[in-house]
Amino acid sequence: MARLFIRSLTSAPLLHLYGLMMLCGLVVLSGCSLQSSPLLYPKGPVASTERELMLFAIAIMLTVLIPVWGLTLWCCRRYRKGGKGEYRPDWCSSTLVECGVWGGPLIIILLIGYLVVVYTFRLDPYKPLTVHSTDTTPFPVQAVALDWKWLFIYPELGIATVNELVFPQSRPLALEITSDTVMTSFMIPALGGQIYAMAGMTTHLNLIADQPGTFTGRNTQFSGTGFPQMYFSAKALPDKAFEDWLGTVRNASSMLNSAHYHQLARPNKSYAPVEYFSSVDTDLFNHILARYSAPSTALANGAL
Amino acid sequence: MTLLGRLSLEALPFYSWVAMGGAVVTLLAVLLPVLFLSYKRLWPWLWREWLTSVDHKKIGVMYIVLALAMLVRGFIDAIMMRAQQAIALNNEGYLPPEHFEQIFTSHGTIMIFFMAMPFLTGLINIIVPLQIGARDVAFPFLNSVSLWLTAAGAGLVATSLVIGRFSTAGWTGYPPYSGIQYSPGVGVDYWIWALMVSGVGSTLTGINFIVTILRCRAPGMTLMKMPLFVWTTLCTSLLIAFAFPALTVVAAMLGLDRTLGMHFFTNELGGNMMNFANLLWIWGHPEVYILILPAFGIYSEVTATFARKPLFGYRSLVYATAVIALLSFTVWLHHFFTMGSSASVNAVFGIATMVIAVPTGVKIFDWLFTLFRGQITFHPALLFTIGFIVTFVIGGMTGVLLAIPPVDYQMHNTTFLVAHFHNMLIPGALFGYLAGMQYWFPKAFGFTLNQRWGKWIFWLWTIGFYLAFMPLYLVGLLGMPRRLEQYTTPEWQPYLIVAFIGACFVLAGLCAIFIQLWVSVREREQNRDTTGDPWDGRTLEWYTSSPPAPYNFASIPKGDERDAFWQMKQTRMAYRFTQPSSIILPANTGMGVLLGVSGGILGFAMVWHIWWLALLALISIIALVVVRSSREERVSIYQPELIQSLEKPWQTSLAQAGLIGDGDPI
Ligand code: HEM
Ligand SMILES: [Cu+2]
Repeated sequence: MARLFIRSLTSAPLLHLYGLMMLCGLVVLSGCSLQSSPLLYPKGPVASTERELMLFAIAIMLTVLIPVWGLTLWCCRRYRKGGKGEYRPDWCSSTLVECGVWGGPLIIILLIGYLVVVYTFRLDPYKPLTVHSTDTTPFPVQAVALDWKWLFIYPELGIATVNELVFPQSRPLALEITSDTVMTSFMIPALGGQIYAMAGMTTHLNLIADQPGTFTGRNTQFSGTGFPQMYFSAKALPDKAFEDWLGTVRNASSMLNSAHYHQLARPNKSYAPVEYFSSVDTDLFNHILARYSAPSTALANGAL
Repeated sequence: MTLLGRLSLEALPFYSWVAMGGAVVTLLAVLLPVLFLSYKRLWPWLWREWLTSVDHKKIGVMYIVLALAMLVRGFIDAIMMRAQQAIALNNEGYLPPEHFEQIFTSHGTIMIFFMAMPFLTGLINIIVPLQIGARDVAFPFLNSVSLWLTAAGAGLVATSLVIGRFSTAGWTGYPPYSGIQYSPGVGVDYWIWALMVSGVGSTLTGINFIVTILRCRAPGMTLMKMPLFVWTTLCTSLLIAFAFPALTVVAAMLGLDRTLGMHFFTNELGGNMMNFANLLWIWGHPEVYILILPAFGIYSEVTATFARKPLFGYRSLVYATAVIALLSFTVWLHHFFTMGSSASVNAVFGIATMVIAVPTGVKIFDWLFTLFRGQITFHPALLFTIGFIVTFVIGGMTGVLLAIPPVDYQMHNTTFLVAHFHNMLIPGALFGYLAGMQYWFPKAFGFTLNQRWGKWIFWLWTIGFYLAFMPLYLVGLLGMPRRLEQYTTPEWQPYLIVAFIGACFVLAGLCAIFIQLWVSVREREQNRDTTGDPWDGRTLEWYTSSPPAPYNFASIPKGDERDAFWQMKQTRMAYRFTQPSSIILPANTGMGVLLGVSGGILGFAMVWHIWWLALLALISIIALVVVRSSREERVSIYQPELIQSLEKPWQTSLAQAGLIGDGDPI
């Protein structure tokens, strides 16, 4: 009985089973909640373009994959020992086939290569973004990675928040990012891609939200024990709601001066709760950068 | 206290049950074989016949034994992570963060350095000299040194389970996290020294095989007549020789940062981790081709043999291999598109990366056209090859996706990436090694592996692979980052549970590998490979007894045709033997073992800052090298009479099988 089972499992039609299995796996899984994917259902033009690009590239490549799968199945069926195919023990070259074999992949890669050039420039995270028909000046925010939370400084408003990034939905978000700890990576998947945060260096990221909403942002680069807790909510608010929120922050009692900052920068064990600071040293971001920038300043600061 | 450097009783794993468990399992895994060998009084035999051997076939077998042991270790890590992520929604799971971090680091490190590298090196060792009709590698003693340095590196990683802890910085060990400020313990030092010690071994292997292939081929075997596995080995060896120095340098620099307070990669004082990322991946990207090219070679050999046809487009395959090897040095930046380089830099490296897909695609089609018009038998080795083709193209596709910088901005550091590289490494590399094992086992041991169990291995691994990694692509699209010990997003959990089930299938597949070995050893008398050519092979390794005598070939065969052995069989020129003349081979030596042990002790002493011991180990290494280089080489000589008596059983079975025609001299 068992032997029969094994034989039926491993005999010639094995490849049918193979395909079936793949299909089943995919169907079962995609039944799960892909609608919650920030990448497949993005909330901003950057992420949507990234998605289009990805789906388009997949479509192009399937034109190779499907023939490969088909050809594999067909060859295995037809040319198995005892199959219908004619055995040609010496057939091992054909200029025509060779041309196709090099040419096919080459054309596809040229096509995708063209997309790469166009879209890498179009979706350069450093490129400032504009929104039509509204106040298009970008909304600046400075993000600092700490162990293990995010500090957001709003230079235009003179306020700061922890683990909550709020911005008016009508304006593009222009982020300056650095780290006061190890290297991390800043990402709000629903709005666009990620960029590393490194001590002593500033990186830039420009994003837009299509619609008001709350999105999850996080550090994606492993950075130590508290790494799983290093996420935050990013809120794109309508102008009115944003003003209200600003009022709440302005009424908060705590202020972020350098003494308080040092306390904040200490590692936290569990998830760092959202905090609001009604005022902040305007130069804080630059101070954080300067701690690491040039050897001479570091020496002057007594880092040795 | 200072006598033992940083080492103290605190290094012992009494701080948690996971640590204790790891230590106990490790100790048992070492002690049980030791006890068994002592009980059976096998040590002298083991030392004489195996540990001190400079025979490439035995060294190859030892490499593979190491690789299989490390596969088990690496897989235990893997299934522990899968179990953790399957349950750790809104809770700690069963693994504290520190352990989870050590586990993903050791899993990655072990699988790459101590599973994949030894596995492919072992197969290369056993087969390449036979395929080119050589008596041994160019530098047999160096080969033994490589083996023992690799084993010493693996030993260091294993030691970290019992004494101290392992790194938590991931297999890439990115600073500043891996710097002394953020990782003050010994973990990263274990990682550094395991890599450096074994890295020297790998570099020597690379050099050894470059010279072997360029200098020791059978008469008539020009480069364009070499079997494809030899070509891929040549390319891999070149990659090793050029890429590994970068790894050694970057690991040494990190070590200097950590031990001598230098600032190559620190946050402060002008250190810059971006230099680390560049150096690491200048080694790291070629490394993936070091792992994959030999597997491509194996797939080529297996396809031709079991389709009973010459490889389609041999020249294309050779050029494709060489192009891949060359291009693999030009794409390293794709590992950090998100580091803020300009759009033009990213675009250039994105395109360079995708260009590699062209020769890879060529290879896939060439294998398919080899099957086309063939006469296919579904040996387990061929099943692995077909499974590879069907699955690898998915990994190729996601690889091209990740090479598009804007897409990578979204996928980088997510489980999509984890799924992609496992998609390359498991079907791309590991399946190849397993296929090689199914295919060449009889050559190494003289009997074939049980094919029924071979098919089970294939199916369990394949189903397991799909179940374990397809969900990771999807959960990556849901935005799940890699290396996550716990999470708060309920949508991820179903995928992670499926992935855990997949890992269980792989576990069954892993068990099947050992069951197959067990069953095959038990049935070895029924499955003897008496002719040395069980699959009607095409290349020269099948033109000698299984297992071959220490000198491989009583008289060196000619290699002046592609598929030389197949051609000989076609023209009835095979199995025509002439009077052998005497053969000189290097004698066994224990110096390789001693060098390996010294290297391991050096690493251990450096990890724990036991300076006097490090100095002693260093002196011992230098002394061994000096003694070995200045001493006259000891050899063993095989006289014609001895050769004839060694060849007798094989020739008798050939005659019984009717393969030696009338009048052919025996
Ligand atoms: C046999 C089945 C395997 C399973 C179930 C498995 C599972 C895993 C898991 C769960 C992770 C951590 C993913 C994360 O960071 O979220 C991982 C990482 C990794 N695996 Fe595997 N793996 C397997 C085989 C392999 C093989 C054969 C190789 C290499 C030849 C490999 C190389 C790696 C590497 C390099 C990493 C990255 C480690 C890091 O993040 O530093 N794995 N694997
Ligand atoms: Cu790469």
